[in-house]
Amino acid sequence: MNTMYVSVSPHLRSERNTQKIMLDVLIALVPALIASVILFGFRALLLVCVSAAACVLCEFIWEKCMKMEITVGDLSAVVTGVLLAYNVPVDMPLWQLIVGDIAAIIGVKMLFGGLGCNFMNPALVGRIVIMFSFTTPMTTYAVPKVAGSIVSGVDAVTTATPLAMLDQLDWSNFTQLLLGMHGGVIGEVCVLALLLGGIYLVIRKVIKPIIPLCYMASLVLFSWLFGGTQPVLSLFTGGVMLGSIFMATDYVTSPITNKGKVVFGIGCGFITAAIRVFGNYAEGVTFAILLLNILVPYINDLTMNKPLGGAVEK
Amino acid sequence: MKNKWKIFTNGIFKENPVLILLLGGCSVLAISVTVSGALGMGGALTFVLVCSNVVVSLLRKIIPDKIRIPCFIVVIATFVTLVQMIVQAFLPDLYASLGIFLALIVVNCIVLGRAEMFASKNGVFDSLLDGLGMGLGYTMVIVGIAVFRELVGSGTLLGYRIIPEGYQIGIITQTPGGFFCFGAAMALLIRCMAKKGKKFDPRIGCDGECGNCNLGCENKDDLIAIAEGKIAEIAEEEGAAV
Repeated sequence: MNTMYVSVSPHLRSERNTQKIMLDVLIALVPALIASVILFGFRALLLVCVSAAACVLCEFIWEKCMKMEITVGDLSAVVTGVLLAYNVPVDMPLWQLIVGDIAAIIGVKMLFGGLGCNFMNPALVGRIVIMFSFTTPMTTYAVPKVAGSIVSGVDAVTTATPLAMLDQLDWSNFTQLLLGMHGGVIGEVCVLALLLGGIYLVIRKVIKPIIPLCYMASLVLFSWLFGGTQPVLSLFTGGVMLGSIFMATDYVTSPITNKGKVVFGIGCGFITAAIRVFGNYAEGVTFAILLLNILVPYINDLTMNKPLGGAVEK
Repeated sequence: MKNKWKIFTNGIFKENPVLILLLGGCSVLAISVTVSGALGMGGALTFVLVCSNVVVSLLRKIIPDKIRIPCFIVVIATFVTLVQMIVQAFLPDLYASLGIFLALIVVNCIVLGRAEMFASKNGVFDSLLDGLGMGLGYTMVIVGIAVFRELVGSGTLLGYRIIPEGYQIGIITQTPGGFFCFGAAMALLIRCMAKKGKKFDPRIGCDGECGNCNLGCENKDDLIAIAEGKIAEIAEEEGAAV
């Protein structure tokens, strides 16, 4: 007797799941972690571990209390925690970092229904919360403990980021910028490590390079148009690399279609450049990505692919 | 008696002015930073609400329908000025911390809303109960949010330090924190109501049950018509009338 099985599409299934993708992201973040430990010492590792643990714990406790399915195994909370830790200076008090973790996981992710329902990038909102709450520790950037720092001959332990002193930089500082030998938050200083991670993600097909490339290109273009200093060199300062490679490409909060990704990337670059050149804040990456996150549903609607041979709109 | 109790509790849960009717959110966001300020604001608003409800209810047969809003405003402004002078004279600290928001009670949507929706259609005692209930509902929400914001945001309660020195989470006491707490409180109330099995009907100020309604509201016929999908007919009739 023949039995017929009826199943619902899609019929081709990939072995990939959230956990494997998030593991790839974590692997891609490892070079930056190694770089930050070399540059800032082991406290950087401590920050990353505490932040990841806090995020996982928050998600676990919330799901227990709300009697939801426990989803901490998908590693997305770990990624959020690591990314948030990458966004703080090395001398950040631990409890202040944990406040950011709580805001990211409970405030942005779990209150809206967990992974896939967050309308903004949790790590970035965590950063904003820390930024507005603890402005002083958040903007006191430690100088890396290795020699060859950009600000030489000064005894100060802390310094402005290169972004705040762009006009004093030229291409002779390029190597230092690439290797991250300057003050800044722990995860974003070493551009080379972040680029390595980005290339790994692209090779593993975890992300498409569209958003980062459009972001960087439009940032350079608009910085130049707005008359900012050193438009190309400014790419290697601040949080552009970390933001464009790891945060703007978050699946939940970036457009689905390729056209949409282009619009998203260009929009991020435009707003970042505008804030950097005209704004009061030195850095605009966070605000740019968050603002575009909110616009993603509309971008998706406007760039929806028309099905081949589908109905023609009148 | 049960009916009177219902009018009183209406403003506290079922039609909470801030969280369900979404009125007066402006002052809630601004004043809920400290508990003492919130208590003062809640007290001031409750006083104005009760007094204006009573007076509007007393004058409801005299006030001409076409100019009722200016009349309500005159009544409300009288009591707000009274409160403002009393607070300024006896509680100068509170006066300083409330700032412009004390004077802005004149245009607070809750006061005007209750005058329009309730006091101008109901008896004096009912209006008094409604004003008390609504005022209490407002005070509970603003004080509740203020307790959270002051405790978590600055680590103090009524000015006394609860959490040791050095603790401060700036964003909770800033505007974004106000919006967040407001939203969270709204979600919490709706969740509690849903848990108790009460259906949450988002229609503002009226749950649409015109059959059981004894308010005799002007829009009753309109509401029933809308419910029955006769909107087009009304539009036509109006068009013909014009």
